[in-house]
Amino acid sequence: MNKNIALYAAILIFGLAAPFVFPAFKVQLSILCILIVLATTWNIQGGEMGYNTFGNILFYGLGMYLCASVQVGMFFPLAEWTESGGEKTFVHTPAQFFQGMAAGLVVAAVVPTIVAGLIGYAILGLRGHYFAICTLGLGVAAGEISGGIEIIGAGQGFTTPPFPNIGSLEARGEFFYFLSFGVLILTFLAVRAIYSTRFKLILNAIRDNEDKAEAMGIETMKYKIIGWMVSAFFCGLAGGIMGGLVGYIDSTDVAFDGREMGVFMVLMAILGGKGTLWGPVIGATLFHIFKEGFWTFFLGWQYVALGVLIVVIVIYFPEGLMGWLREKYPERFGEVVDEADRKAQVELK
Amino acid sequence: MDFMVFQYPMITVQACLDGILLGILFALIAYGMALQWGVMNIINIAQGDLVILGGYIAYFMYLYGIHPAWGVIVSPFIMYFVGVGIYKLVINKVVDRDLFISILATFGISILFMQLMNFAFGADVVLANSGYGTTFLFDNAVVLPNSKIFSAFISIIFAICLVIYMKKSKLGRAIRATAQNARAAKILGVDTEKVYAATFGINAALCGVAGALISITFTIHPYMGLPYTIRSFMIVIVAGLGNLPGVAMSGMGLGVFEEFADYLLGTEFRIGSVFLLLVLILVYRRFKLSRKREYLK
Repeated sequence: MNKNIALYAAILIFGLAAPFVFPAFKVQLSILCILIVLATTWNIQGGEMGYNTFGNILFYGLGMYLCASVQVGMFFPLAEWTESGGEKTFVHTPAQFFQGMAAGLVVAAVVPTIVAGLIGYAILGLRGHYFAICTLGLGVAAGEISGGIEIIGAGQGFTTPPFPNIGSLEARGEFFYFLSFGVLILTFLAVRAIYSTRFKLILNAIRDNEDKAEAMGIETMKYKIIGWMVSAFFCGLAGGIMGGLVGYIDSTDVAFDGREMGVFMVLMAILGGKGTLWGPVIGATLFHIFKEGFWTFFLGWQYVALGVLIVVIVIYFPEGLMGWLREKYPERFGEVVDEADRKAQVELK
Repeated sequence: MDFMVFQYPMITVQACLDGILLGILFALIAYGMALQWGVMNIINIAQGDLVILGGYIAYFMYLYGIHPAWGVIVSPFIMYFVGVGIYKLVINKVVDRDLFISILATFGISILFMQLMNFAFGADVVLANSGYGTTFLFDNAVVLPNSKIFSAFISIIFAICLVIYMKKSKLGRAIRATAQNARAAKILGVDTEKVYAATFGINAALCGVAGALISITFTIHPYMGLPYTIRSFMIVIVAGLGNLPGVAMSGMGLGVFEEFADYLLGTEFRIGSVFLLLVLILVYRRFKLSRKREYLK
């Protein structure tokens, strides 16, 4: 236990010091925080519950649009804002910006949660690959439809309010970094708390055999919906921050980006090892480092690399890093290993 | 726009005819999807990208001065080998595994193909002009490009040929046997590995035909693959595996739905309505089955 506290303290100190130690990487670090949040919340479905969703991108995109819309709509007419397409007809004062952001983030977290609760009953009744394809369709449909709605910018996109001038040039990066780092901490602690309760065991029971879990008297649907709502809450928050960070929302390329972010979250969780608390965190970190390296040095070939990476990870590395470690050192993961059994297996080989 | 459909009945006729001709093409792609799903139990997200690749083959013939209709012959040949290549490299490692693995792996292939096509052919929307002219029906009220009629005709021919081939030939019998029970087929001397490769190749060849036809009748673009995958998936789950008339009918139904969505909601919602329809169909099926305490398997 003491070792764990030291680890958490080290990560916290690193997280708090990072923007000042590496000032050039503030945006990258903020994106890393968002990616970890997305991978961790995907893991609730894909890893613990066995429901491989491509649809968490829906909540992410929804949060992004809602946060920006509220932030603008609280003070200025939304339609005129989007029509002006980022021209500085309206300027937020610092107070307006931060009030709008706060209100926007609340809405961005709450509304996707409600949406998840509403559609959860219909969608989560599907299983296996039907669920996967259905959620994939849901994400793409949301992108296509939001790309046709005039008031949020339709095809030409939505420019989020620019960060107000409050003296320091570094303020924008620091603000968004600490915001996303805060959400990361919140997500991690919430998920960690969830995983230490009976709720996680129920989710695992659903993953292992849903019919049997139901026969044991567990109301599986209720827990599936709650699990999805938890994911939606944090995905919405992450989306809201990401919208402000990127500064520009496009329906299919930024918000409901099923081809990038929607696959990234699956990939990160699988790379790190799904069904573990730390797996998605490690996976997201590795993935982000790899991605940024590749994006910088092999510009243009990134999607080719991404496609190859997906295929390689899925085929040769489906258990992920944590799964591999678990197989190698089962004692560290609290699994009891029978020495005689292990020897027998070695002899068999 | 919505009153137009009722005020001018010819628009309805136009939409229905357009939809049916389009739907026959969808049915051809869905047939390939049903084939590989039934035989190998994989869902191929890259289906639509194979279609687009087939389209680019025809488009290139057009660029080099050959009539693009010959693409219908050339493209399946090339695509067959592309399909077998994909099978040997990736698919044979996911055949026996969880379906989600195949979905994710083919998603990776799809992204890869999309980007490679984007490099090779550019990000422009292109069209191979067949120069077939148009047919006017009902006092010029309904306009049908001849290329659409041609493509529907060719798709039907290919579908019929394939059905006969699957019924009569040795490979067709082996494929059907493997679909019924892969283990039993293996015991009885069917080389299932070869059958799988051939199935994936035939699927890719069908996509090649469909793609060549799409490049003649509509437009192609490197990123347009995913809607074709979703359409064929939808057609297969509505019709069920191994139900050929059902595939044809639901393909045409989807085509007509799309044309009407185009007229009523506007073109910008066309693709969105297809994806939304998929969600609605799945949810409808789920509620229907849950009354009997069952679920989609």
